[in-house]
Amino acid sequence: MSQFTINMIFVVGSFALYIAIAIWARAGSTKEFYVAGGGVHPVMNGMATAADWMSAASFISMAGLISVGGYANSTYLMGWTGGYVLLAMLLAPYLRKFGKFTVPDFIGDRFYSSGARLVAVACLIIASVTYVIGQMTGAGVAFSRFLEVSSDAGLIIAAVIVFMYAVLGGMKGITYTQVAQYVVLIVAYTIPAVFISLQLTDNPIPPLGLFSDHTQSGEPLLAKLDAVVRDLGFVDYTADVNNKLNMVLFTLSLMIGTAGLPHVIIRFFTVPKVSDARWSAGWALVFIAILYLTAPAVASMARLNLLNTIYPDGTANAALEYTERPDWFKNWEKTGLLKHDDKNADGRIQLYNESPAFEATATERGWKGNELTVNNDILVLANPEIANLPGWVIGLIAAGGLAAALSTAAGLLLAISAAVSHDLIKGSINPNITEKQELMYARISMAAAIVVATWLGMNPPGFAAQTVALAFGIAAASIFPVLMMGIFSKRVNNKGAVAGMLAGLVATCVYIFTYLGWFFIPGTNQLENIPANWMFGISPLSFGAIGAVINFTVAFTVSMLTAPPPQHIQELVESVRFPRGAGQAVDH
Amino acid sequence: MTVQQEQAQAYWQANLRLIIGCLVVWATVSYGFGIVLRPWLVGITIGGTDLGFWFAQQGSIITFIALIFFYSWKMNQLDKAFGVHEE
Repeated sequence: MSQFTINMIFVVGSFALYIAIAIWARAGSTKEFYVAGGGVHPVMNGMATAADWMSAASFISMAGLISVGGYANSTYLMGWTGGYVLLAMLLAPYLRKFGKFTVPDFIGDRFYSSGARLVAVACLIIASVTYVIGQMTGAGVAFSRFLEVSSDAGLIIAAVIVFMYAVLGGMKGITYTQVAQYVVLIVAYTIPAVFISLQLTDNPIPPLGLFSDHTQSGEPLLAKLDAVVRDLGFVDYTADVNNKLNMVLFTLSLMIGTAGLPHVIIRFFTVPKVSDARWSAGWALVFIAILYLTAPAVASMARLNLLNTIYPDGTANAALEYTERPDWFKNWEKTGLLKHDDKNADGRIQLYNESPAFEATATERGWKGNELTVNNDILVLANPEIANLPGWVIGLIAAGGLAAALSTAAGLLLAISAAVSHDLIKGSINPNITEKQELMYARISMAAAIVVATWLGMNPPGFAAQTVALAFGIAAASIFPVLMMGIFSKRVNNKGAVAGMLAGLVATCVYIFTYLGWFFIPGTNQLENIPANWMFGISPLSFGAIGAVINFTVAFTVSMLTAPPPQHIQELVESVRFPRGAGQAVDH
Repeated sequence: MTVQQEQAQAYWQANLRLIIGCLVVWATVSYGFGIVLRPWLVGITIGGTDLGFWFAQQGSIITFIALIFFYSWKMNQLDKAFGVHEE
């Protein structure tokens, strides 16, 4: 059987499963559409949250980033998991007790202001739309590589599949498909990792293999990797970083951004009780950690495998001849994500770091520049091929990558459609619509969001990576602080909340746009995006944490200068703090 | 203040103390051991590297899980002790 047929079987089989689940779990009421009826078991919700959260970025890109950055990119590992501690303790149980359908619902009621609700809707839509573009393009890449269709055709297939189960099933359909998608993606991620860990360290558990001895050399794996990359002029894999302030702020931005992302928060509205919301956050992190503890092992082992392939006789000897390159090399060359340029015309593939310190060694060895460029994103997808694993593992990876992208896209689309139908149409424009009409509007806005996301995926603004940073920045600087203040302070009022959200949002956007271009249009940035230009060495990606501090400060100052919230709002705050009396999520 | 209100205030104070305690641990393992304090931990080796690297890539994630389950367990006890648990 050809590799193409195997991939087809895995991808089509997993899609048939998702659609079968969607038909079984159709939504009949707004409550089923927005919060899956409010009766999802906390462990199952944890699994669905894990699939909802782990996107194409976690599945495809993260290990590649760690592989290249080593210790310095541990920020992603800590940042994308630490947010769940904040969610479990500072947001999820109280928002579940409040018991409404959406995040702007809480902000609008707590700050007794339709202005606050609208600002929250705007922040939610900007954050979610930018995020969904990345998922759709990720799905397109996976389709084009494994099913040999064009990336656009792949995108349309992905859109149709999401349309079928998200529009039909709403949160109910999405919840059960996400559980299935979690199983597919985690199996796909861990199986190749187990094989590779066995090959390199004889340890079948990748997170333990990472800190074990490399079988071939007898040295610890990380010490071996450090030595190999050092020989090629790269910084040590485990080397410390100098700019600790930026590393701390970047991690903090990712953590509070994670806790503030609406599509993650609304998953905690689906469990029956307040105590379930707390447990569910713990289960979500357990399921996420299975991938996040495997990723750093995959990252280091794949880097070692790649360098061993390029220097089969060790880094001190000649590099691989281009004519002897393996099949996976040829496959990925076709996609343009792997490029070889024989600069010194010796017919070999020299991979090294062109740093001034290494120039003398390179000249001595007759090298005229690094000849191999590898896109970070191919690492996880190419991993099974690099390690010579059987064909079915490659088919599994294809299905897993698509599951990761589609599950996150569906969660984001639900958050967007709920904000439009529930908060914008029912909450602001026409509160008198019936439940049936609201359900129809929810489905129409979801369909519209899919069309917009697909179009943006086909015409990517060329800044997918930066826009994801914007999504986290907005969630961190606007949504998280206002939710937290709404629960933990009785004094913060409507004016303070609106001023705080706007100040955090504007400051973060201005800082990001100053370095990355206004609305990401190339050439419109005032300052070049290099560390020397950053204020106090803070990169635009790390600014969300500063935006959050600005939000807190402005909100408190404005609130103190204006009248305290009315009595019934203070009672509302009081009531969300105590679990007793939490019914199921209600409409109004 | 009624007895009930006093109970409620005591419950909320206990929750805040618990949250602060958990967040101190949360910050210590990630921002502390994983980032800022790493240079002071280089002496402690683990699998070919130092303890700070382990906290940055594994230790903090494992601690986060333990923290959430500890908090949930402790809060369930508090809910019952102060009589604010769900029926």
